[in-house]
Amino acid sequence: MNLVALKMLLGDRAKYLGLVFGIGFATLLMSQQVSIFIGLMTRTASQIMDVREADVWVMHPRVKYVDELEAMPDVDLSRVRGVDGVAWAVPLYKGNAVIRSNEGLLQQVILMGLDDGSLVGRPPKILMGSLADLKRPNALMIDRAGHQFIWPGEPLSIGRVVEINDRRVEIVAIAKASPPFVTFPVVYTRYSEALRFTPPQRNKLSFVIVKAAAGVEPKRLAARIRERTGLQALTWQDFAWRSVRHYVERTGIPVNFGITVTLGFIVGAAVAAQTFYIFVLENLRQFGALKAIGVTDFQILRMVILQALVVGVLGFALGIGLCGVFFWLTRDVPALDGFVLRWQVIAGTAVAVAIIMLLSSLASIRKVFVLDPAVVFRG
Amino acid sequence: MASAPFAMRARGIVKDFDNGGTSARVLHGVDLEIEPGRLTLLIGPSGCGKTTLLSILTGILTPSAGTVEVQGVCITELRGARKARFRREHLGFIFQQYNLLPALTAAENAAIPLVADGMPLAEAAKRARTTLARIGMADHADKRPNQLSGGQMQRVAIARALVHAPSVIVCDEPTAALDEQTGRTVMEILREIASDPSSAVLVVTHDNRIYHFADRIVTMNDGRITGELPPPRAPEPLHA
Repeated sequence: MNLVALKMLLGDRAKYLGLVFGIGFATLLMSQQVSIFIGLMTRTASQIMDVREADVWVMHPRVKYVDELEAMPDVDLSRVRGVDGVAWAVPLYKGNAVIRSNEGLLQQVILMGLDDGSLVGRPPKILMGSLADLKRPNALMIDRAGHQFIWPGEPLSIGRVVEINDRRVEIVAIAKASPPFVTFPVVYTRYSEALRFTPPQRNKLSFVIVKAAAGVEPKRLAARIRERTGLQALTWQDFAWRSVRHYVERTGIPVNFGITVTLGFIVGAAVAAQTFYIFVLENLRQFGALKAIGVTDFQILRMVILQALVVGVLGFALGIGLCGVFFWLTRDVPALDGFVLRWQVIAGTAVAVAIIMLLSSLASIRKVFVLDPAVVFRG
Repeated sequence: MASAPFAMRARGIVKDFDNGGTSARVLHGVDLEIEPGRLTLLIGPSGCGKTTLLSILTGILTPSAGTVEVQGVCITELRGARKARFRREHLGFIFQQYNLLPALTAAENAAIPLVADGMPLAEAAKRARTTLARIGMADHADKRPNQLSGGQMQRVAIARALVHAPSVIVCDEPTAALDEQTGRTVMEILREIASDPSSAVLVVTHDNRIYHFADRIVTMNDGRITGELPPPRAPEPLHA
């Protein structure tokens, strides 16, 4: 009876397309909004995740997340280095600065100061120029999105001279960095240069990033650093999650996205359930005839489930396909950098669509099950 | 299965319907036998219980009391899927409103009992074409119901009732939605089917234009079988 069920479904083209597009729309809305939400939340921890060499981040005890800075005295670097199990520990500066382009544009930027010797903390990919040039005096590296933001429409180029906090510096390299939560450009220089570029302050050490010695578990090392120094030490994963959680808990972003995703689910469920119910209702006499002829309830159940499954799979494929096309088309848009359709989102949306179709078909199945086949004898 | 002198036999059928706390009895101990090789009409006024009796005779409704045997099998003792399977193997149905699936062709519609029994749709439709040809519908086998007239749709329904060679064919007002000429054509087909000694045809009807096709006419009133009428002679054609 499977083929009969499919022909019944495809025979009513308007409802069939309505069902597929309803599910497709719900899938698109849910998967796209969840992807953007995850992308945004990932951005809140992007600067932590970009520092791939570090196992443990050490910071002032009052720091709650990566964008909340309270500097430590430089001596804390030595204290951390003195803890057993530390392979190496280097300073990392993070702060805000203002750069002025030759065209006179003032732009606030995130300034990262990397360890002078190792340049640990650098972004994962250099697109133009050389990392070694960062060791030259008054050298600056900028991320691609920042370059596009400051000089929109212009090709990437190095050698430009800009002022940072009124000091002339040369852009010697362009990097591909994960975009931060705020849309400021990210610029990199050496730690000592960052201290020079920024206004005098008693403490300027934002973070100490630490590599655990071979065989030392980062979580244990973090606990040991906390115990020995009184500073806050977290594995990079814990620090990243803490930053994400901060934005989740302290901003209205999850509520906003949550509402949109819930609406997508409700609209999808309502459209699918209503259309599917009407489809079954309009075929009720036919189902009654089938039951009278001797088609069993189990066969009818299989028919309805198959119809729901086909509509669900096609709608889901349409919605996920459109979502994939959206992210593919916007892959070079700086504002959407890092927003991708993850397999986890696809899987989660599939579960949501399965629930929608289950809810949609339950009411219809019940209607068919309680249907008295004697209905066919009533003119 | 033991062969029986009757294709269908009902004994002491009682049916009560719960009507908001009160019980309404619509059938009062009905006894009825349907013989093979005969076309039996069941007639009576609206609301006399014909449809309820038909539903019970075919196992669609369960009686409050009494038994129904079809081909020697007591179908009132069957339950759920076994009863449904018995219906699709031994009974053929023709409804007043045809109840064809609009998305299927005539051949596919006629093939439904075979498909329900597990035969692939293509193979079943091929077999159904033979049945359609038998009732003069070969040229319409690939048409959908919306491309057919009422009479043609009813003939597809007849093919659906015949395709699996059931022992009893039950028809509920098969001519009610048809004009006189088309109704006569449908009844001629049913008459021919009933001439097969292995098939019984039971027709529930109001339509006195078709009484002369019957071998036997059973009358019913107020939930009881009230007797039998002699089948009238066929009317003379207007232009002999």
